[in-house]
Order: sequence, then structure tokens, then C-alpha cells
Amino acid sequence: MKILVPVKRVVDYNVKIRVKADGTGVETQNVKMSMNPFDEIAVEQAIRLKEAGLAEEIIAVSLGVTQSQETIRTALAMGADRGILVETDEALEPLGVAKCLQKIAEKEGPGLILMGKQAIDDDANQTPQMLSALLGWAQATYVSKLEIADGKAKVKREIDGGLENLEIALPAVLSVDLRLNEPRYASLPNIMKAKKKPIDTMSPADLGVDVSPRLVTLKVTEPPKRAGGVKVESVAELVDKLRNEAKVI
Amino acid sequence: MALDPQVMDQLVEAVRRFVEERLIPREREVAEADLVPDELIAEMKALGLFGLSIPEEYGGLGLDLAEEVRVVQELGRTSPAFRSVFGTNVGIGSQGILIDGTEEQKRAYLPRLASGELIGSFALTEPEAGSDAASVRTRAEKDGNTHYRITGTKRFITNAPRAGVFTLMARTGSQEDGARGITAFLVDADIPGITLGKPDRKMGQQGAHTCDVNLDNVRVPAEAIIGGREGQGFKTAMKVLDRGRLHLSAVAVGAARRLIDESLAYAMDRKQFGQRIADFQLIQAMLADSETEWLAGKSLIEAAARDYDAGTDVARRAACAKLFCTEMVGRVADRAVQIHGGAGYVADFPVERFYRDVRLFRLYEGTSQIQQLVIARSMIREAEREG
Repeated sequence: MKILVPVKRVVDYNVKIRVKADGTGVETQNVKMSMNPFDEIAVEQAIRLKEAGLAEEIIAVSLGVTQSQETIRTALAMGADRGILVETDEALEPLGVAKCLQKIAEKEGPGLILMGKQAIDDDANQTPQMLSALLGWAQATYVSKLEIADGKAKVKREIDGGLENLEIALPAVLSVDLRLNEPRYASLPNIMKAKKKPIDTMSPADLGVDVSPRLVTLKVTEPPKRAGGVKVESVAELVDKLRNEAKVI
Repeated sequence: MALDPQVMDQLVEAVRRFVEERLIPREREVAEADLVPDELIAEMKALGLFGLSIPEEYGGLGLDLAEEVRVVQELGRTSPAFRSVFGTNVGIGSQGILIDGTEEQKRAYLPRLASGELIGSFALTEPEAGSDAASVRTRAEKDGNTHYRITGTKRFITNAPRAGVFTLMARTGSQEDGARGITAFLVDADIPGITLGKPDRKMGQQGAHTCDVNLDNVRVPAEAIIGGREGQGFKTAMKVLDRGRLHLSAVAVGAARRLIDESLAYAMDRKQFGQRIADFQLIQAMLADSETEWLAGKSLIEAAARDYDAGTDVARRAACAKLFCTEMVGRVADRAVQIHGGAGYVADFPVERFYRDVRLFRLYEGTSQIQQLVIARSMIREAEREG
């Protein structure tokens, strides 16, 4: 079985996000970029499946600017076997990404597509679901436990108020959640070896996909600054304020 | 080997992340328990830290010195006790074999040193031979034609409690032969006759252990001589220490960076007289002095390491780097405590621990005074040659 793992290059999770002065988006110039943390969990899970003898090959795919290659290299250093870069300077949207991934999946024929449940930059949480619909494959989102056996995937999904157990047929699209695993550190020797692993580069046009934007961003703003709180003298005063000022009780 | 810049950046980033996420959060625990936990050592092995400087053909990463000092600066940002775990395998415990060893010796030891399976330790210092390294008294007497018997005491030997092999300097000639009578042996730690002293109780760097190594009639084969020839040991030791000076300078520069980051963060948070102390010019002066000195040290080691890789003799500059960088981090640590005020004197803040930890850098692998002698003598020799 092949496993396809889409990985996205995002602003590093440690970076304090700043909105561009003209309100058109988030500042990404001279900002540290790295792999979307949920995608790291997907890569880790793919490697574990391969180590368990359940997969033969792991293909890491990224879409975006040339530098997305670095994100693929990170996946290769962790243990993916080869990479595919769909290179474009367009501002990508989930539907465009899902369409490109659909074409790649149809060509590569993976048994499983493992991906982060969402990316920490736009938090869209749409690509896995769109991809599964486009392919006509089963899907399970927010996966926190996974077992593969007999051409089926048994998964636990994190849903409001609990866990849902599903069994779905492969091939399938799974979007993974935080608690599925703890991703490994790429070892230094593997980082060096990753350079020798192949990365195919293509454009959305090569895949016959039009990724031009369908959405228009009107404005991006900082969240409102938190106003300072007040100290109250007694419980009675607290209750009074909650009841008469905040009107919450 | 010069790595692709993109790969090198990724390598540095991987080490930085390991330091931030795995090591810095455990610093205090390691200092209090005086022990680096086994599971962290296993993670260091898995990451490949033990093999940084050992060539790829012997299972290491084969970083050149310019690459090594970049990685080591990242490692310097956390407690030196962590670096000590694999530091001797990267530096003084493996370089003797690498620089002067025979092919058989390299094949026998380097792969296990690179993986961390074996810990290498460097045993030169003795109770009576510290800075005066050429006065080594540990004796190696011939035992037939095929063996030697070694007797003596080695002091302050880093990683001795965990060592599997010592690069050990012993005298095969007479005391009058001085440096020429010293031979470097590879002594496996499990040979009968070797006993270890109690771990030294140190001012800082808790978690890194040193102790005496006592040798009583320790029988080693003649093949244990590094390079196979008697009388070359002092030269080997000096070559090892030469390269180590830039490594250690990089550790000091990394520690200075951490101390400055801690100081800046504290100064921007701490309020006195109704404003943050970072806005006071006397605090700013200390921050600026430390930043400037850090940058000077960093520039010095990075340029010297590049020249070393290009084949230039950098012995004098390596001594200059060790002198400047280790004294510099002492001043930076002192200012860091000063910026923290009373908080810098209590163990709740890392600067108190670093202040004690970095003190050692000015002492081991050649004190500041020995570096001064190396530098000045080299200047005088050159002037005499040219005069």
C-alpha cells in the first residue's frame, strides 16, 4: 500500500502572527516557516504504518511556492520516501488544493491519504472533506486512533462530547487530530540522507487544474485588544456586577 | 564535508528545536538530580549528536568545523551538562583516534563512538600535571614485546564514570624526556586494574560527571598506542586540544546568547519606578555590551573555523577564540545576574545556574592563562622567524 501525505508550509507555530499594515493578509516576509503541526502528525502516522509493515511507500505532497520544497524535505527526513511539489505562486484555496490532490491520488493510487485535520494558518478544515468527495472515497476526520487490517481502517474520531468509533473501507481519506501520536524528531543523519530522495515538481496546469482564487479577502484585522479587568472587594459585589452589569446570571 | 546550505539550515533547525523542546525544559531537574536521565541520552543518540564530527564512513555526520561550531552554538544555549553527555565523543574523546589513529583503530572505535554505544574520554590531566601537561607521571612500562603495563592517576576526567575507552597519555620515556616521552594509548575501561574515584563535587554543571581514574598495572597491547608509535602522545594531545578550542568557544558563545536572551526578556518584563527596567539606560548599556561581545565571539569562531576547514593553521586564533569567548561569557553571565538583580541570585532563574556553569569554560582544556602563553609565544616565534 502507498500512503499519500499532503504537507503544508505555514508560519511556524512559535511565531507571533502580525497582520500586514494594509490589512490584506498576514505578514510572511522574513517570518520563520515550518510544516503544519497536524501534517507532522500525519507523516508520523504514515511512518508508523510503514514500520509496522502495513505500507510500502510514503509520498509527501506539498502545494505552493518553491520553498514548500523545504517542507517536503522535512517529511523526507522524518521517513517519507519521495516527494511531489505542485509549484505555484497563486494564493491557494482548499478547493484548488483538493483538486490537485485528487489528480495526484488518481495517478499514484494510494490506499490511504493521511492529512492534518486543518492548517494552523487559515484553520479552514475543508481540504480533506473536499478531497474525499472529489475522489468518491470514504472519509474519517479528527482521527485520534487508527488501526489498519483486512483492507479496512478502524478509527476513533474526536467529536463533541466524546469519541466516535468507525470502520471504513480503504482507500480512504483520513484527517488526523492532535492526540493521534507524538511526531518524532528527524535525526541528523536522516536530514542529510533526505537530500538524496527524489522530489518531482509540476504545476497545477500540468495536472489540468485551475487554481485561480474563487474567494476574495475583504480585510484582515487583528483581534480586538483585551480590555483590563477590575478587582472586586467581596463576593456580594461580584454577584451584583455579574447580575446587573454583565447580565450573565 | 561542506553540506548543502539548505540541508545545513535544516540540521541547525532540528538541533535548535530539540534544545528548545526537550532539553531546556529539563535543565532544572537535571541540575537538582545531578543526572541526565537515560531517556534523554537515548534521544540524543537517536538524533545523532554523538557523531557530529566523526566522518560518514565511520557512521558519523562528518560535519566540518564551520558546520560543527554552528550546531554547537545551538547546543550551548542549554545547560552544559547536556552537551557533556556527547561532548567528549564529538571532541577530545574521539579526535585523537581520528587525527592520529591507525585505520584499524578508527574502524574499531569510531562507529561505536558515533552511535553513542561507547563513550570516549580524554585522560591527560594528573594531580601533578595540569597546565604543565608535559610533566605527565603516569608510566607505561614494556611487558615483553607485545604489551605495556600502565600505572598512575588521572584527575578531573570528564565522563570517566561512563567511559568505555580512554585516550590516555602515559610516559614511555624518562621524566627528562619531557613532552617527547609521552605516548597516547587507547585504554578500554574494563581492563583489570582500572578503578574510578568518587565523582567530584563541582561548583556547577551538575549532571556532568568527572572523577579520578586510577591505573594499577593495567596491561594493554602495543596496538593500543594511537598511531602505533611511541613518543607521539603529546603532539596528539595538542592537536586534539587545538580543534577542541574552537568547539568549546562555540559552546561559550551559545551560552552567552542564552544569557542575553534571558536578560532581555527579564528586562522587558520587570517593572521598577513605574516602567520596565529595559527602558533605563544603565540596563541598556549592559545589554548592548553583552550583545556586542557575543557578536565579536561568534564572528571570531566562525571565521577561524572556515579557515581551519580551508587548511589554514589557526592554532593561534583558536587560542585567541578560547581566551576571548570563555572570558566573554563570564562577563555576560555577570551582567545577566546584575540585570536580574536579587532574582539573579536565587535558583528560580536560569542565570544563577549558568553563572556557575560557565565558570568552568575558563579553566578546562587550557586555562585562560595557558591560552595567553600560547598566543604570545606564537607571536614571538613568528617575529623571530621574520626578524
